[in-house]
Amino acid sequence: MTDAGIALAGPGPAVPARTATDWKSAAMRARVRARYRSEQWFRALGVLALAIAGAFLLFLLGTIVRDGWRAFQQTEIEVPIRFDRALLGLPEGKPGPQQLQSGDYANLLDPVLAANPGMGRAISEGAWVRLRTMVMKDPALLGQERKVWLTATSNFDLLAKGSIDRTADEADRRVSDRDIALFDQLGREGRLRTGFNWQFLTGSDSTVPELAGIWGALKGSLLMILVTLGLAFPVGVLAAVYLEEYAPRNRWTDIVEVSINNLAAVPSIIFGLLGLAVFLNVLGMPRSAPVVGGLTLALMTLPVIVIAARAALKSVPPSIRDAALGIGASRVQVVFHHVLPLALPGIMTGTIIGVARALGETAPLLMIGMRAFLTDAPDGFDQPATALPVQIFIWSDNVARGFVEKTSGAIIVLLLLLMALNAIAIWLRNRYEVRW
Amino acid sequence: MIEAGLSGGSNSGPKMTARDVHVFYGEKEAIRGVSIDITTDEVTAFIGPSGCGKSTFLRCFNRMNDTVASARVTGDIRLDSEDIYSPEMDVVQLRARVGMVFQKPNPFPKSIFENIAYGPRIHGLASGRSELEGIVEQSLQRAGLWNEVKDRLAEPGTALSGGQQQRLCIARAIAVDPEVILMDEPCSALDPIATAKVEELIDDLRGRYAIVIVTHNMQQAARVSQKTAFFHLGEMVEYGATRDIFTNPRETRTKDYITGRYG
Repeated sequence: MTDAGIALAGPGPAVPARTATDWKSAAMRARVRARYRSEQWFRALGVLALAIAGAFLLFLLGTIVRDGWRAFQQTEIEVPIRFDRALLGLPEGKPGPQQLQSGDYANLLDPVLAANPGMGRAISEGAWVRLRTMVMKDPALLGQERKVWLTATSNFDLLAKGSIDRTADEADRRVSDRDIALFDQLGREGRLRTGFNWQFLTGSDSTVPELAGIWGALKGSLLMILVTLGLAFPVGVLAAVYLEEYAPRNRWTDIVEVSINNLAAVPSIIFGLLGLAVFLNVLGMPRSAPVVGGLTLALMTLPVIVIAARAALKSVPPSIRDAALGIGASRVQVVFHHVLPLALPGIMTGTIIGVARALGETAPLLMIGMRAFLTDAPDGFDQPATALPVQIFIWSDNVARGFVEKTSGAIIVLLLLLMALNAIAIWLRNRYEVRW
Repeated sequence: MIEAGLSGGSNSGPKMTARDVHVFYGEKEAIRGVSIDITTDEVTAFIGPSGCGKSTFLRCFNRMNDTVASARVTGDIRLDSEDIYSPEMDVVQLRARVGMVFQKPNPFPKSIFENIAYGPRIHGLASGRSELEGIVEQSLQRAGLWNEVKDRLAEPGTALSGGQQQRLCIARAIAVDPEVILMDEPCSALDPIATAKVEELIDDLRGRYAIVIVTHNMQQAARVSQKTAFFHLGEMVEYGATRDIFTNPRETRTKDYITGRYG
């Protein structure tokens, strides 16, 4: 058959003979050169794009770390303190814990301030808390005198960290010449030290920068994420399983699918408005509470999880479903014994990425009142709380100079948290992914 | 084995019967009125060119076509004179009784042991661990795989070679004690040596289970089957003893196909 075909189409007047191709001609060489050139161009553009992206990232991380690492350090001043019962307002005899708790510890600083009124601008107004902690831990201190390291004010802290330009004119400077003199004197006497700032990790918001910490906001964020995860994960996964494994393909499921995809693209502040309208106004849930924040973020995360879970379910080869059906597994057994376990790494990865996005979300939380000034960490899901990104937003607005480093410090903590979540996602993917 | 003799019912009439079966995919008619009997003591082969509907027809016997939304089956298919498309038929049990082996080996990404044990476990066929282990060993032995895997039952089934994987899938089907085994081009993804082993296995299993095999390899049909049905464009053109089909086909279409004129 093929032989016959060639014989029929043999040389005839209608088909001109084809000349042999000259692979070395000038035109051919030019074409090869042009091809090499365009490939090189494309590679150069790619490298350039990567370099620009990398430079932006380095700049961003560089500035944040440069400003932020100082938030993890705090200057302290050594002060002689006499734990005087009279100043504390404690009666003679052995005081109970309740009495120790309510003592007037700020008064213990009075002798120090009387000796040098400038110390009032050097020692933080919240420094007495440490004195109370010391006495509560060891009541035997009462009546004795000790040298105690107390938190310095933000101005002295900034001086110690070199964040204040001493050469500037006094009027343009936050710190007076007198305070600088006091600072230098304390330095000469060896009564200044800068160490790790535990207050920043364990404290909550404060009006003064040296006492401000992120724990309250961090705990608020964690409580919220628990609510988000607890709601969005099961609902999202079950919705995805139903849509992928059970739902018939018809107009309604198409509409649902399009709606979910659109929902994933809705700006987050809209979800905040929804949360405000539904959870606070209609359902009357407590304002500023992690439970409401978590529910709002769950609404936002749900479509992301549904989409990720559907993609993961789709990537399980149909041959596995056939295999299980073929030996008489029911559809529920097929899904829960085979398909879902195989899709789980992908689902988890998608969920973690969705939750990481929710963790960094600010706008919807502002709408439901999670930007309150709170000096205590929330005790429960219904207690007023704030969240880490909101805390960053609030601090970035603060005029006090000391909050600049706190803002960057909080950003570092948030970034570390997000990086940890992403690392878990990558680890899960590599650990449990099944390849075919 | 006595149970096999009772339930298999050799020489006691057909195990499965199909009468005037039509299959539609939407508007398209993929199978046009096919009737056939499947017996336990003979292997039945379905042959025909690609797209002739032989796999579609095979999937009617364990209602795997149910999973295709657009597929519609009419006609009458019976297992031991029980209508498998009647509302009383439990499709899950049907698929345990009518096992299936697929074109591409598809072991679960679990251990070899779990691959075999899964079916008996979900159907409650074993009352304890030792009985389950017995079923696993017996199934692997019947599939001719026991000696190759007995020391590595905990290894994943997907780590076996292609031919071993396919025999694992056959063992998995055997483990739920089926009456019929449907094989959909079981050797098309295997090399010649693995193919020979699977063919040998099919021969060993004959008589114990009713076996239907779809193949596009005519030598294979000639080697393993006793009855052959030739399909073309959704119709069963010719059905008869394998020897007759290959040496003395009645229809010209059959003759053209087996002599390699088309397909």
